Amino acid sequence: MKKQKRPFGTAFMTFIIIFFYAPILYTIIFSFNESKSLTTFTGFSLKWYEKMFNNNTMMEAMFYTIIVAVIATIVSTFVGTITAIGLSKSGKVVKNVVEQVNQLPIMNPEIVTAIGLLMLFSAIHLEKGLFTMLLAHIMFCIPYVILSIMPKLRSLNPNIAEAAMDLGATPWQALVKVIVPQVMPGIISGALIAFTMSFDDFVISYFVTGNGVSNISILVYTEARRINPSINALSTVIVLIITVTLTFANVIPAIKERRQSKKIYD
Amino acid sequence: MIAIPMFLILLYAFTKEGNSVTRFAFSLVNFKRFLTDTVFLEVLYRSLRIAIETTVICILLGYPAAYYIAKSSETLKMRWVLLITLPTWINMLVRTYAWTGILQDDGIINSILGFFHFAPVKFMYTDFAVILGMVYNFLPFMIIQIYTSLTKMDVSLLEAAADLGANRRMSFLKVTLPLSMPGIISGITLVFLPAVSSFFIPRMLGGGNYVMVGTLIESQFLTAGDWNFGSAVSLVMAVIIMISMYITKKVDKGEQLEGGVK
Repeated sequence: MKKQKRPFGTAFMTFIIIFFYAPILYTIIFSFNESKSLTTFTGFSLKWYEKMFNNNTMMEAMFYTIIVAVIATIVSTFVGTITAIGLSKSGKVVKNVVEQVNQLPIMNPEIVTAIGLLMLFSAIHLEKGLFTMLLAHIMFCIPYVILSIMPKLRSLNPNIAEAAMDLGATPWQALVKVIVPQVMPGIISGALIAFTMSFDDFVISYFVTGNGVSNISILVYTEARRINPSINALSTVIVLIITVTLTFANVIPAIKERRQSKKIYD
Repeated sequence: MIAIPMFLILLYAFTKEGNSVTRFAFSLVNFKRFLTDTVFLEVLYRSLRIAIETTVICILLGYPAAYYIAKSSETLKMRWVLLITLPTWINMLVRTYAWTGILQDDGIINSILGFFHFAPVKFMYTDFAVILGMVYNFLPFMIIQIYTSLTKMDVSLLEAAADLGANRRMSFLKVTLPLSMPGIISGITLVFLPAVSSFFIPRMLGGGNYVMVGTLIESQFLTAGDWNFGSAVSLVMAVIIMISMYITKKVDKGEQLEGGVK
């Protein structure tokens, strides 16, 4: 490829990157500020972190966020996988109908899904709380899991499962030993999407949760109305966790690959 | 083996239906109220205007950025994509909150302006702040969509255009732009849809008195307690979104057909 000098483009991209990262950096810097001010940096201190860790509501919100994300990911991945596999075996009409229904929560604005769930929970007299938040998260994660597994299933050879059963495998064995390993990449990416969707969710959680239960997003939303640098500290912790996780997710496969290729050359 | 998923599908489909049954069980009074009251129509108009402005700005900023990335070398491409997508992994609330400190009346921008002896500008609780917040949150989606469609493009088409005597501007307008249209369209979907229904961005950056469709629905459900009216509003919004999606798709198809005839 020939190298072009693009001073204008580079300047423009620098602007875009500054636009994206300046607010995040700003939050991180001011989380170490000594005073409550969000404009003048008066000195380095960790007191907002101390305050954050001593703040029960914040710790509780973090705990809820993580626990809901983990359970919702496991359940929605499981249900989504079974549904997707079942769908691939069912007739055209059922398949089309379910796929259309599946699209609804993805195409609909989040707020519409949120009030739909809110109404459903109140119709069956479920009290708003941690359980409703968990249920809602499982529900809005399932479509994304199905959507990420379906393409893998479609490219799967339907004869393999039959071959396995001809060779004496029970249907369950055929499912677990043959089909699931083949669509594993789809399942993993579905689970990842589900986890991040659940972890980051605000709109749906905000509508279906009550009675003092909140996750990180709800906490930031309600606390942001007044100046509270502990929020900056909390944001910094989240940014740190996500950056570390993403780095690991990107670096570990690369290292593994390198080791494997080394083995081959050895 | 097939029975369990079937049962789950039924249950799953049924719970969805349950939603719409409760949603449809009311008279037309609420729609009438929404569509005849000028206050609510103003809210609707403002939401659409803000969402359209956000989308246009996202295209204007996103297209050059995506074009730049698509023209970079392979290793740089990956790095750019990572740089653009990294912020989207961070909670939107957290990122929107970050702007409140920057845009405050005594915030960092006004401090800088004051240092150069400019009069302080009011940023918070204006259209500007809301649109800025939305562009900030949704621009990465637009860039990635356009970038994907640009990388799918066959480079030899550009060479062919050049061989046929097109200059760079011509080949961009006649080849690159039409071929990246699908990316722009899906980018519009990903920006316009959340922008028109968003409620925490106008709440956090627009303030308590800044009403958009999303905030109206929220207040109807969580403070006013008028669920029926809230449902009617959200249904109107859903219909508007569906119509606009349909129009964008139609425009896209129309242009493709036109291109085919030429």
